[in-house]
Order: sequence, then C-alpha cells, then structure tokens
Amino acid sequence: MAQLVPFLQFFDTVLPGAGTVWLDQLRSDAQASYRTSGLPTPRTEAWKYTNLRRLAHTGFVAAEASQSTEIATIPKGAAALSDAYIAVFVNGRYSPTLSSFNGVPKGVEVNSLASKLSMDKTSLEGQIGDMEGLPLAILNTGLLSDGLYLKLDDEVVLDKPLHLVSVGHAGSEPVSFHPRHLIVVGVGSVATIVESHVGDGTYFTNSVNEISVGDGAVLNHYKLQNDGSEAYHLAANLVHIGDRAVYDSFVLQVGGKLARNEVRTELGERVECRLNGAYLGRGEQHIDNTTFVDHAAPNSSSREVYKGVLDESARGVFQGKILVRQDSQKTDGHQLNKTLLLSQGTEIDSKPELEIYADDVKCSHGATTGELEEEQLFYLRARGIDLETARGMLVAAFVGEALAEMQVDAPRAAFQAVVDDWLERRSEG
Amino acid sequence: MSLIEICDLHATVDGKEILKGIDLTIDAGEVHAIMGPNGSGKSTLSYVLAGRDGYEVTSGQVLFDGQNLLEMAVDERARSGMFLAFQYPVEIPGVATTTFLKTAVNAVREHRGEGALDAMQFLKFVREKAGALNINDDMLRRALNVGFSGGEKKRNEVLQMAVLEPKFSVLDETDSGLDIDALKIVADGVNALRGAERSMLIITHYQRLLDHIVPDQVHILAGGKIIQSGDKMLALELEEKGYASFAGAEAA
Repeated sequence: MAQLVPFLQFFDTVLPGAGTVWLDQLRSDAQASYRTSGLPTPRTEAWKYTNLRRLAHTGFVAAEASQSTEIATIPKGAAALSDAYIAVFVNGRYSPTLSSFNGVPKGVEVNSLASKLSMDKTSLEGQIGDMEGLPLAILNTGLLSDGLYLKLDDEVVLDKPLHLVSVGHAGSEPVSFHPRHLIVVGVGSVATIVESHVGDGTYFTNSVNEISVGDGAVLNHYKLQNDGSEAYHLAANLVHIGDRAVYDSFVLQVGGKLARNEVRTELGERVECRLNGAYLGRGEQHIDNTTFVDHAAPNSSSREVYKGVLDESARGVFQGKILVRQDSQKTDGHQLNKTLLLSQGTEIDSKPELEIYADDVKCSHGATTGELEEEQLFYLRARGIDLETARGMLVAAFVGEALAEMQVDAPRAAFQAVVDDWLERRSEG
Repeated sequence: MSLIEICDLHATVDGKEILKGIDLTIDAGEVHAIMGPNGSGKSTLSYVLAGRDGYEVTSGQVLFDGQNLLEMAVDERARSGMFLAFQYPVEIPGVATTTFLKTAVNAVREHRGEGALDAMQFLKFVREKAGALNINDDMLRRALNVGFSGGEKKRNEVLQMAVLEPKFSVLDETDSGLDIDALKIVADGVNALRGAERSMLIITHYQRLLDHIVPDQVHILAGGKIIQSGDKMLALELEEKGYASFAGAEAA
C-alpha cells in the first residue's frame, strides 16, 4: 500500500506568529514528522477500521479567509443553546462577528489562538503538545494557526456554557482546516463547554483539543458532530485530568461522510472520568469513536458508555482502551458499547481493550450488537402502536438512555432535539 | 351475536402442531374461561389470536366482529379492539409508562375516529383509571415494566386494558404470581370492564381467579383441543378431580 502524504503544499504558508522561534520549531518538527509518517493506513492498528484513502485523494485546497465572511449566521444543526457564550470558527478561522463572550467572569480569558500567537509570543511556549504518535494531530501541529484559547484561573466558575461552533464552508473546491483549541481549567474551577460542528459542501476538519482540567476542577465537555453529509471530520481530544477533578464528556456524532472522534485522557488521583457518547449513522456514513483512558494514578474511576444506531449502509467503529498502570491501585474502570443495527447493510467494529498492571482494581467492559428486540416490538404493537412508531420508540429509548448520562440539562435537551430530528427523518425515509 | 368465532383452528410453533382444531364461539358481553394443563396450548392460542410471529396458523379461521382476524397485522388487531394481557409483560427500558400508554391510547382513539387526547386530557383520563388499580404517578413515570414487581406488572396490564377499552380481551394467566390482595384488585379491574359489548377469554390454571371473575362458560383445553365445555361448575369439578379425569387430557 502506497504511503499517503497529502497537504504538503500547505507547509509553505505563512502562519500566525511566524518568526517566533519556539513556534517555528514546533511547526517545522511536526511537518518533518508528518512528511515521514504521512496519513495512517489500515496497517496501523489504531486505524485498522477507518480508511483515509478517499480523504487523501480528495484534493483539498486551503480555506480562503474571504469564505469565512460569507457565513452571516450560525447555520442550523448547531446545538440550540439560548444562554451561552459563543465562539465561532468558520473553516477553522475565528469569526469575531459571530462570536460573543461579553461579560465572562473575571479570571476567564477567551481569545483566538491566532491572536494569542501573534500578540503574545511567549506565554504559550511549552503549552502546545507535539502530538507524538498521532499522525493527524501532528499534521494539525504542523499547520497550527487558529482555534479557541480558553483559560480559567483557579477557583473560577464559568457561569454559562461556552459554545464552540465550528462551521465548514466549501465553495466549488473542497477545503481543509486544522483548528487547535487550547482549554485550561484552573484548580477548583468549573466550566461547561459545548462544541457544535456543522457545515456544507466538501470539507475536511482536522481539529485537536488540548484540555487541562486542574486539580479539583470540574469540566463538562459535550460535543455535537453534525457536519455536512460530504464532510470529513477527524478530531483528537487530549485531556489531562488533575487530582480529584471531574471530567464529564459526551460526544454525539450524527453528521459527516467519514468521522472519527478520538478522546485520550490521562487521570490523576481520585478522578471521576466519564466518557460517554452516541452515534447515529445512515446512508454511507462511517463513524468512528476511539477512546483511551490512562489510569496513571490510584483511586480513580472511569465510566464509559457509547451507544450507536446504524441504518442503511452505515458503518460504526468503537475502539476503547483502558490502561491501568502498576501503581494505579483501587482503579474502577467500566466500559460499555452497544450498537443497534437497523438494516442488513450496516456494520460495527467494536474493539474493547483492557491493559492492567495493578492487582487491586475493578475493571469491566462489554459490547453488544443487535437488532431491535422482537419481543418488545410485539408488545408495543399488541397495544395498537404501528410498526414504524414502535421501532421509533425503541430506538429513541435506546439513545435516550445514553443521553441521560450527560450531567448538564441544557446541552442534553439540545442534543435530544438533534436525536429527535434524526429519528424524524428516519420515519419519513 | 357472536363477537369472536374460532373455527377448526390449527397452529404450529417451530413446525410442531400445538393447536389441533379449536372451535370456540364467544358472544358479545360474555366471559369465557379456558383451563388446561401445562403444554395444552393455552398460551399458543393467546399468541395466535394476538398475531405473534412464529405462531403459524396452518388451517381454520377466526372471525372477530365479522372480520377475518388472522389477516390483520398485530397492531391492526389491537386498534380494532383485540387485547392480550400478557402472562409475562415485557420490560422496555427508556420508555416511560405514560408515554407508552398515551401513544397506544391515541393510536386506538384515532382508529375509532375519536381524535387524540392532549397531554392534560390524557393525564386526567389515565389517573382516574390508574387510581382504581392502586397505580400511582410514580409507577406511571417509571420505564415500562422495568423493575416492576410481578403484581405491579399484572396491574399494569389491566390498566392498559382499562384505557384501551377493547371489545375482546384475552387474559393469559393474569392471576399467576399474584397474592390474594393483588388478585382482588386485578379481578375488580377486570370486572369493571365487563359490559354488554365486551367479551373476555380468561386463560388460567386455577379455579381461584374464577371465584372473582365469574365466567359464563368454561372450556377445558388439552392436547391442543377443547375437550369439554360447561358452565362455571365445570371449573369447580376440574379443581376437585384434576385434569387427568377428563377424556383426552392424557394427550397433553
């Protein structure tokens, strides 16, 4: 199999903050690394089930700055959150006109990464990871230019969710963009971040979130991937969770042609880490959820529930790895992946992986795949409910149980509306 | 006038013949009971009437209110007024009992041309029926049958029957797993639904339920056939002598 190394032409672009020594070095090292590795192929274990060949041959161009101004309002499909700070990125570029975070509490800094890199050349030095071992994130580092910079000082409560909206907008040619979002939650601080990914046309979003949750802090992080039907969405989330901190995350993937969301968490002591998600696929969609929980310290718990519904010819991938290091005694790790297959042409590849080196731990994983239960359908129909309505009720119940894992009401209601809409379109089809 | 007319009904499950020629006619307003030993075909009969997949009718016919019941889909039968109270009610996580009841009631109402009830109308309607069965709001909010005790499940079946107001109800061992108090509540609920227009078929092992729901006729099912019919005294006789004393029962 030939090596796939697209996007090299973008390496010549002058990027924000160019001329800053550490930043130039970071980018050029990443570019060199990417030139060698290229995109991963199915021969790489972590990418066995998600093939990027079509992506590599799509011939993306760089998104023009002018394209971002063509978007006058936030497209529908984003989470409906009425009361939130909002940071909008169009083709990966920060949009000052669509964003609004007036009145953020003292001790909260919200900025665009581009502005941060241009204006303040030193403060981010050493804070941006090189992404070793993650080829797409390395490419992202090589092209590092813009994204969200959110920093909460210690003991600060962000009073409203911050809604990060990523809009992909392609003209006649397919565009690609590589946003990098840096999120730092200080010691004992509390924040809720909601991401919405939407767009139209053929585009490739290759985003990286670098998240640090301080000791004793709480971060609720909910992501809606509702990209356009021709979109490629690859995202890596690297989350460091400090001692006694809580990280509650949920990823709802319904959009895109090919999508992968990867979450990699590293847990301190006495952490409560909740990685949950749902994926709804139809048509030819390919939706991948890959997670890695690194129990790097003792006495922490991780709970993971991912539920999927696949229809028509959709394909799902779930890869979940839990690593319990030798000193991480009293680890409590649970993982569950359940997928409903609604038609013959669907496929799910589910790969749980436990790697345990400590001896006093509780760890479990489970994966189920199946159709709707005949017995339940019969029961509903025996009460006069027609087959399609009965199926819809059971699918909604299945996904609803996953959404119930979200700890914050407003985003959960917004995500529920997206699920309802998906189910609605199903019954119309 | 007969509401349900079963003629020479034969049915197989997994290729094995279970019903071997059932003949049974129930007039409007009548309550019939079917008693029989394990494996006699009681539950098969109830599933065949409800239209469950895997229960294949090989010959015979069933007329329900003049219509060919066997040609109707499961949900169509239910909307037309056929009801099966399940022996083992199914648990459905994630579907609230009220949501389920409202969907079912409105499906049936729309079929009858009565128009759907809105949320407030429905709540008032269901609370009234639920109260009589000792079912509180908490139970209505819970996921359908999930974590319900045996008695709660059976009361929930009778509640469904009460809100759907079927013309013809089959109660498949609704008494099983009930203590005396629960049995009384369930029986009262069923009796409240008796009326000149409604018929019922009560399937049971024991005579006990028939003390509370007094049938117009009793049939003994054995070996896939009705081997004897009579009035309510037949149930008492059966209780006293056992199935073995009846001709044909050994076929079970």
